[in-house]
Amino acid sequence: MSSVDRRELIRSLMECRGDGLVVTGLGSPTYDVGACGDDDLNFYLWGAMGGSAMVGLGIALAQPDRRVMVVTGDGEILMGIGSLSVIAAQAPTNLTIVVLDNEGFGETGEQTGLTGRGVDLAAIADASGFRASFSYGETQEPEGFVERLWTTPGPVFATVKVPMAPTPITLVPREGVYVHWRFRQALLGTGTVGEEA
Amino acid sequence: MTAEVDSPSWATDVFRVLKNQEIRQVATVPDGGLSRILTLCEQDPETSVVTLTTEEEGVALLCGSWLGGRRAVLMMQSSGVGNCINMLSLPLNCRIPCLMFVTMRGEWGEFNPWQVPMGQATPAVLERMGAHVHRPRSADEIAPTLAAASHQVFNTGASAAVLVGQHIVGSKSFVSQEAP
Repeated sequence: MSSVDRRELIRSLMECRGDGLVVTGLGSPTYDVGACGDDDLNFYLWGAMGGSAMVGLGIALAQPDRRVMVVTGDGEILMGIGSLSVIAAQAPTNLTIVVLDNEGFGETGEQTGLTGRGVDLAAIADASGFRASFSYGETQEPEGFVERLWTTPGPVFATVKVPMAPTPITLVPREGVYVHWRFRQALLGTGTVGEEA
Repeated sequence: MTAEVDSPSWATDVFRVLKNQEIRQVATVPDGGLSRILTLCEQDPETSVVTLTTEEEGVALLCGSWLGGRRAVLMMQSSGVGNCINMLSLPLNCRIPCLMFVTMRGEWGEFNPWQVPMGQATPAVLERMGAHVHRPRSADEIAPTLAAASHQVFNTGASAAVLVGQHIVGSKSFVSQEAP
């Protein structure tokens, strides 16, 4: 059983984000990132399960000079598992996907998920053609690994085994128009539709 | 083989609309009726084609592209619309522009019964998920319809689909090439 504290891990990940752009998958990853402080350059998903990696890919291809970090869970990434093939084929050097793998569905009653039955996400990413894929949480993490998630040439995939334990819900904004508008405003200096640069 | 591959003037017009509208990314699970457009896009150094495993990935990709400041379109066959249903909540909720270009199956002159249920449901499914549905009546109307849909989508944050019928792209038929 992993003893990684997901909140602490995400806090150290966010502390070295610099001007990085962050996309979160629904449920606890959204709360984990939100608990580090709301940020205009966070795009939170509260639904659209399976979509976080592709949202990240879209941003990464449009903004090749900015690092894009997707933070999501094992169930969310598995629902969009084909995305890993699409991402590997596009090969964006500025995209990292971090999966907090609690081997189940924490949001819905802690039912066992497929990574709890042997599915190896890092191996899938590797076979899909990711430039780097890592598994953490079962042994001591190497020094500086959090920083390297931002700097290793991508596409990077990292899965971190975390305990199945309830995390406090952090109510980040769930008004999609607002989150969309402020993200574009902060990134592009232009707001929502009809105001393209 | 469908006839439009050899006589694709509307496909060239569609490609020109993409260029004029500054749509630089085409996400797709291909269809026969799209092949000429996709070839033109692949040959164009300014346009990138993102091949998907399932069409819902394209909906999410379009949203990310827009967040990053880039315009994109999702091109797919009507059966792929069914794969997109829940993901369409993302552009709808966020009022992110979502432009779809769909070649129809399961309608005019369909040969394959497996294409019929989703083809018949396609316009209703899109409308129920908040997308505006446009149906050009002839080849001449395709490009202007796409241009109008694109203008509306990128200026109002709508989701919209242009559905191109089999009476325009041709109905696929299969001839047995060996004894069953």
